[in-house]
Amino acid sequence: MRNFGSLTRMRIALTLRNRMFLFFSVVMPFAFFFLYAGVFAKSNPYAVRFFLGPILSLTVMGSFWGLSAALVTFREQGILRRFHVTPVTAGDMLASSVVANFILIMPTVILQFLFARFLFHVTDFGNLGVAFVLLAAGTISFAALGLVVASVTNTMQETQVINQLLWLPLIFLSGATFPLAFLPAVAQKFALFLPATYLVEGLRHSIFDPGASAWDARVAFGSLVFWAVLTFFLSVQLFRWEPESKVPRRAKLLVAATAIPFLLLGIWENSYGHIPQQASAAFESLTTAGHHSTPQK
Amino acid sequence: MANPVLEVENLVKSYGDVRAVRGVSFSVCEGEVFGLLGPNGAGKTSTVEILEGLRTADSGRVSVCGFDPAVSPEELKHEIGAALQSTSLPDKLRVMEALKLFGSFYRHHRRRNPEDLLRRFGLEEKRNAFYSQLSGGQKQRLALAMALVNDPKVLFFDEPTSGLDPQVRREIYDIIEELRRENKTIVLTTHYIEEAERLCDRVAIIDHGQVIALGSPRELKAHSGGATRIEVRLAKPEANGDLKTLEGVADAREVDGAYVIHSHRPPQAIVAMVKHLEARGNELVSLEIATPSLEDVFIELTGRRLRD
Repeated sequence: MRNFGSLTRMRIALTLRNRMFLFFSVVMPFAFFFLYAGVFAKSNPYAVRFFLGPILSLTVMGSFWGLSAALVTFREQGILRRFHVTPVTAGDMLASSVVANFILIMPTVILQFLFARFLFHVTDFGNLGVAFVLLAAGTISFAALGLVVASVTNTMQETQVINQLLWLPLIFLSGATFPLAFLPAVAQKFALFLPATYLVEGLRHSIFDPGASAWDARVAFGSLVFWAVLTFFLSVQLFRWEPESKVPRRAKLLVAATAIPFLLLGIWENSYGHIPQQASAAFESLTTAGHHSTPQK
Repeated sequence: MANPVLEVENLVKSYGDVRAVRGVSFSVCEGEVFGLLGPNGAGKTSTVEILEGLRTADSGRVSVCGFDPAVSPEELKHEIGAALQSTSLPDKLRVMEALKLFGSFYRHHRRRNPEDLLRRFGLEEKRNAFYSQLSGGQKQRLALAMALVNDPKVLFFDEPTSGLDPQVRREIYDIIEELRRENKTIVLTTHYIEEAERLCDRVAIIDHGQVIALGSPRELKAHSGGATRIEVRLAKPEANGDLKTLEGVADAREVDGAYVIHSHRPPQAIVAMVKHLEARGNELVSLEIATPSLEDVFIELTGRRLRD
């Protein structure tokens, strides 16, 4: 891991010179932020606080787009093979991607909190410490998802198709765009199989629900971290340096295995959990509180 | 052999049904510039990439600086430097950043000063240029500079001048000759005769995954008898055998529609040939005379030309 520091610095420098990054990691998250806070929440601080969880989730979940695209480009252009004749290892390469992404995304996250505080006058952020721990776990686990996507695709087109297929359910069925309470019962059941749901709901709970504790975040945090470790480990195993090397068949099976943790968790939560109820209660409090606060102003 | 730093024995590598390397053996001494000469697809790059630890061999024994690339790739990679054939750097990486970044992967006491490398490879003015802004020649010079960041014991240059214009090619030759004077061990692959003859102490000629001849360029050419090559194109086809029997002709064969004649007495051979053709109502379309080169060795051994 000796080479990890210099690789991380390179990745940060390169990403900052990339206009695509600027669009996806800066313009898009803030566009979402103002859409939710200004339009959906009508600048009502209480509602902005409700939407902060979904907004921040979207910001950090986008990580997998950039990471998978960068890694596949590096492989396709024969850049990785130049690193392969040096003592750099697959672990160095992947860990530096994840950490560089983390460092690049944190300023956006912090700015979104600051905008919420000073532009939209949110004064209470619930359990802010827990929120940050969840955001960190979410950033790392969705970055690791990007690494897995890169390891099972051969070309940029394939990568973009897979990314689209992942992105749509992750944002529409997790509560990140439409609140979970809005979704039909079937979709709510499906949502519990998605890692995004645990991030969105965990964040919303820690920021919005009164008396949210660190213990409440144990399932979200534990599952995301476990998933991140699993996907990272698999990506290292499946790492390919050469542009012409194709995905081995066992890779697709192994990658399917990364879905198992949330499959099991989904079954458990569907039988014993209260996530949809908790989400609905929060949403209802929003509508009632909303009616109270507007005339008081 | 004095002090082999690199030994290859019976190397075999297949890709699916394609047998790229079929039992290649050679060894390289310290301070030697060793060339792998052969046409595209002969197995040169596969061989070198196994030595660099980029690919694993199906069978055979390999030792580079005392390490087996398949067993201890990381230790090996500290000892070698390489300019790969099809490689690239990120478009938005600056020249100086690339040298510093790649230097950082090696142990401290081995690192070369990137400023010295910039100067030596004539890249000072380009230090802050993005990789994408460099010309082909500049990219290649940077690739060679990057191969030296760890002051390696063995250098691998895979087709270092492929696709470059003649002037840039000569620049690269000068750089390699300078490294040779510094007593660097270099393994070089090429399909340019001139490159192998000019730069290499010893050359292994490779064809279809096998070493078909090995020795210094001088030894190899002596092997082919040191005959001058006369290449002619004729208006009508001619039987090889007839040309072979002419005065002054040592050997004649047809290669890609032309006739390649080897002769120790070129003037006599040409006169005899012109007379012979006139008598047959045939005609010379073109005639070319070349001093003996490794190309002749290759034609003699394979019946084919080395260039594409």
